[in-house]
Order: sequence, then structure tokens, then C-alpha cells
Amino acid sequence: MPDIAGRYPRLWIWLQRAWRFRSAGLGFSLAYGFVFAISAALFLSLLWWHTVGSLEHQVEQAVEADAHNLREHWAESGLPGLILAIQDRLDLDVEDQALYLLVSSNGEILAGNMPAWPTQVSRFDQFYPEEIIRAGTTATAEVHAYSLPGGDRLLVGRDIRGRELLARLLTDTFLWSWAMVTALAVGGGLVVRGIFRRILSSIAHTTSAIARGDMRERMPIVGNEVDLVAHSVNDMLDRVARLMDGVKQVSNAIAHDLRTPITRARARLEDATLTERNPERLRQAMERAVMDLDHVTAVFEALLRIAQIEAGARRAAFEVCDLTIPLHDVAELYEASAEERHVRLVIDLPPRLMFYGDARLIQQGVANLLDNALKFAPQHSVVHIKAASSGGQVRISVADEGPGMSEADLARASERFFRADAARNTPGAGLGLSLVQAIAQLHNGTLVLETRRPGLRATLTLAAALPTPTMTEESHLPNMPVT
Amino acid sequence: MRILLVEDDPTVRSFIVKGLRETGHVVEEADNGKDGLFLAVSENFDIIILDRMLPGGIDGLRILETLRAQNNTTPVLLLSALADVDERVAGLKAGGDDYMTKPFAFSELLARVEALARRGSAEQAPQTRLAVADLEMDLLSRTVKRGNEKIDLQPREFRLLEFLMRHAGQVVTRTMLLERVWDYHFDPQTNVIDVHVSRLRQKVDKPFETPLIHTIRNAGYILRAE
Repeated sequence: MPDIAGRYPRLWIWLQRAWRFRSAGLGFSLAYGFVFAISAALFLSLLWWHTVGSLEHQVEQAVEADAHNLREHWAESGLPGLILAIQDRLDLDVEDQALYLLVSSNGEILAGNMPAWPTQVSRFDQFYPEEIIRAGTTATAEVHAYSLPGGDRLLVGRDIRGRELLARLLTDTFLWSWAMVTALAVGGGLVVRGIFRRILSSIAHTTSAIARGDMRERMPIVGNEVDLVAHSVNDMLDRVARLMDGVKQVSNAIAHDLRTPITRARARLEDATLTERNPERLRQAMERAVMDLDHVTAVFEALLRIAQIEAGARRAAFEVCDLTIPLHDVAELYEASAEERHVRLVIDLPPRLMFYGDARLIQQGVANLLDNALKFAPQHSVVHIKAASSGGQVRISVADEGPGMSEADLARASERFFRADAARNTPGAGLGLSLVQAIAQLHNGTLVLETRRPGLRATLTLAAALPTPTMTEESHLPNMPVT
Repeated sequence: MRILLVEDDPTVRSFIVKGLRETGHVVEEADNGKDGLFLAVSENFDIIILDRMLPGGIDGLRILETLRAQNNTTPVLLLSALADVDERVAGLKAGGDDYMTKPFAFSELLARVEALARRGSAEQAPQTRLAVADLEMDLLSRTVKRGNEKIDLQPREFRLLEFLMRHAGQVVTRTMLLERVWDYHFDPQTNVIDVHVSRLRQKVDKPFETPLIHTIRNAGYILRAE
């Protein structure tokens, strides 16, 4: 439509804008109205065509039957009988609709109510529409000619003025109904659009509230199809809120716990540069600072890894696997350490442990648990690693006979950087259990810590169920920029 | 060895160049992808150290892919701040032989560079027997002998010793052992590797006069005849 654009640029811009903003609602209602109007038009046309057609058919049948009857009269009692029959019929025809004309072979009118043989009627096998003048008005008639043996010709017809009136009436009625149906369709379309907009505006209301920063806002559940969207939007928001909390927690933790080793390294270097004159001790100070920085790096990497696992990005690597071998491997890795500390590592695994997830992550999680257990296990004690699957769940537990933890510490154990007072002197950054927790959550599982006397048992409970198709298509956060 | 280093950060670059030259290697350097690619295709190197993120429109992976497309099999060590498992996999898929994340210790880099160079030459022919001094390993019958004495090893100890013997005379780091012998790509917090090595020492070195496995401070281990 380039000339509209050229001639009415403003209108064109308005149209485009209006279309873009309301395209969904307007398109929906237009489509609704269009389909409604088209189907009404089709329906009414069919009705009209059928009614008018059957009326016409009825007239033709009446004419044929009449003609048949008259010819029988002729066969029975000859020309005089036919003339008599025509006269009778004309006398009986109160509504004045029947038309008859009997003409002899030399063109003489023998009977009938028509002034002359119509010029156009020349064949005997079809109906002709004929203009006639009756009682001073013009009317239309359907006429049919029949030839009689002996050269006489008979014309039978019907005045179809009434039928035409009916057809016109029908047409008018149908046109009006169509107009009304169309009006209803437009009205209905507008109502539909209204509903449409209301649904969308409730979503928009919630999302814009969140965009303004109110993370507590949720879509209302109203009990119709909109709930499908509402539920998934709410789930999404819950997840976003959780992730945001995680980010907040991590940044707080980073602020607190990465500053300490950085400060230490900085102090060491500054102190050494300012006061140390002995090259050997200078070198030692620098080496210690490098170690501090390595520690910072390790903490940083652990944090990133936890964040990555929590974001769910690792679900792409999920597969069905047997956990027995990876668990044996990781237990074997720690067996030597256990032996060195005079701790007995008892491994209790079933022959097969089918599981859907990331076996490497589970290995890492169990490695962290074993690491903790061995760190706190007293000499000549036993550390149990046990796994079993039951009721669609895989349960992996690591139990030690160490000092255990107080109830208050247990509750906080998987927080990032949390270290119980008793553990202050052991190596580590307080991230091990946070990582295990994140791994458990990634697998829709839980990490439960419980005290046993003596010691502590950490149990990882993971869903062993096979994937539903949506589980593998989890969206993931963009990677954190690292340079 | 002739080594090509493609790295954009001047501090890191001069640190690596200095370290490698001190250990007797010849180093060519490039600070962007274009020059790096030009040097890599036009000259012969024993090993290429490649940073992944480079200025100049051509990043490390592109250089690597171009080289491999030309059937250039020079061992490539990728160096990157991208520490993701997926990034590592992408780097190795593109034809990288090893992957190191920043920050790193120079000893780790050096150990890996030397291991890669060794792999380029020694691992061409399949070996059935390894020997260092009087220590012998038969890879077919999976037996280990020192002098005339048979040494019984657990399967994992056997693999650990095999790795050390294949890299005899080179420093191998704890991370390398964890990756190659155990196939783990995470960092266990405690000294599990040290414990395994010391167990191996108990069997391989303790009953004999001269030790073969030596600890290198701040780096790792080395297996060599004194």
C-alpha cells in the first residue's frame, strides 16, 4: 500500500504503531469476527439458494403436472374436452395465477387467458420467463409450451409474482441477519480482545512490578487456563529470587572472606618491601604471599563452581550411569589417606547403582564428604561410606566417629564460608559442604547432616528417576565474565 | 626446545618467556592472534603455548583450528582464564593437547610443557617395556621388577608408577597426576596424591639403596636415577 503511505504519512505511521502494539489482541478479535462473519454468510447463502431453488422447482412441477393432466383430457375427449377443462380451471383459479393458451395449427386462439402466443416461445422442452400484463400491472411468469397431435399447441404457465416477493423478502431477511451476525462477531471480537488484554495485563503488571525491584510479587492463581502461565511465571520468579539470593550471599561472602587472605598477602608483601633487608627472608615472605594468593584462587574457583552448579548449567552433562565404579574410585583415592591417619575406610556399595545425573559431580561431592570425614576422624576410628538405592532414590552416606557438630552448627554447616569454631585450625575455606549442597540441589536431592554419637553422618539423597524431557532443557545463566 | 608463546598480557608473557629461557628453551613470542597464527604456520616449533582470548580478531581456538586443518600436529598447550569444564572440553575438542587455567604456577606450566614435548616424540611407538635405572616395568604382563626383586603393586599404583616412568626425568605435578592417573578434574583439598606417592615409595624405593622418586618442592615429583 505505498500510496497510502505516500498520501497519508501520519495515518500510515499511526496504523503501523497501533498494529504493532495491539497486534495480538486485534489480530485475535479480527480473526474471530472474520471467521464468524464468513461462516454466517456461507450459511445464509446456502439457505437462500436452497429455498429459492425449491420454490422454482415447485412451480415447474405444478406446471408439468397441470399440462400432463390437460393432455389426458385431450386424449379422452379431444379438443372440445381440453377447451372445457381449460375453461374450468380458469374459473376455479381464484388467485389468478394460472396461465393457459391453446392455439390451433393455423394460429387461431381456441382457449386461454393470454392475449397472444409469446414470440420468444418456440421450443417445447424448456421453461421461458415471460413478462405479462395482468390487471394493469406487469408481472413475471414461467411458461412452458407443449405440442398436441394435429398441430395444436398448448401453453401452460404460472404467475410467479408471489414467489419473487417471497424471494425478495427472504433476501432482505438474510441480509439483515447477516449484518446482525457480523455486528455480533465484531462485538464478540472486542470482548475476546478485552479478555486477552486483561490476561496479558495481569502478567505485565506482575512482571513490571518485578522489573521495578519488588521480587515478592507473584501472579494471582484464578482457576482458569491462565494459571498454566501463572504457575510457570511464578516458578521462574521463585528460581530467579533464589539465584539472586545466592548472588547476594556470595558477594557478601566474597567481601568478607576473600578480603582476609588478600589483606594478609598484601600486608606481608608491603611489610617485606618496607622493612626486610635480608634477601632470604624477603624471598620467604614473597613465597608465603604467593601461597596466600593461591589460596584466594582456590576459594575463588570453588565459589565459581558452586555458582555454576547452582545455576543448573551442568544439567547438559546428565546421563544414565552406574555410580558404583565412580564411588569405588573416589573411595580408593581416599583409602591411602585414611590408612595414613590410621583410620579404617569401610566401603559398602551395592553391585549396581543406576542413576541419572552427572557422575563426576557426585564423585566430587563424595570426595568433599570423605575429605571432611577424614579431617575430623580420630585415629583408629572407622569412616563408613555407604550407598543404596530404594524407592527411586539413591542414598549415599559418609559417616565418621569424630567430634560431630553442635545443633546450631549443623543448621549452618552448608552455608558458604561457614566454619565451626572447632574446625578453625584445620585447612579449608568452608566451601566443601556448600558445593555438596549445590550438587544435591542440582540433582533434585538433599544433603542431610546428622549427629551420631560419636560423630557425624552426611547423607546425600538423590532422585534416581529417569529424565523427563524438560529436565534436560534447563536454561542456564550466562557464564560469569572471567578475565 | 623451540617454543612459540602467544599471549597478550605483557606481564604474564614476560614471566613465561623468562622462565622458559632460564630452563634452556628457545622462545618466540607473539602478543596477538594474527602474528601468532603467522608464526605458527610459517615456522617449526616443538610446542605452542596459546592463550585463548587474544586481541586482533583471531582467538586461540581459531589459531588451533587453523593449524589442525593444515595437518600441523605440533603439541598445543592452551592457556586460559576460562576455567569451565565446558571450556576445557571445547579447547581439547578443537585439537588442544593440554589445557591450563589462569592463574597458574610456573612449575606447573613447565612440567606440562615438557610432558607434552615428550609425548610428541616418545609416544609415537607403542612401548611394551619401561625401564629407569634398575626399575623395570613390563606393560604386557603388568609386572614390575627392581633389580631381581618383583614388586607387587595395586592397579592404581601400577598406573601411577607407569605415568612417572613414562615421564622419567621430568617433573610431574600433583594436578597432572590427578588428571592423568585418576582422571579427576577437581582439586581435592587435602594431600591425597602425596599419600599415594608415599605409598608407592614404600614399595619401590624403601627396600632399596637409592631412591628413584624425588619430591620437588613447590612443584611435584620426579622419577629419575640419581
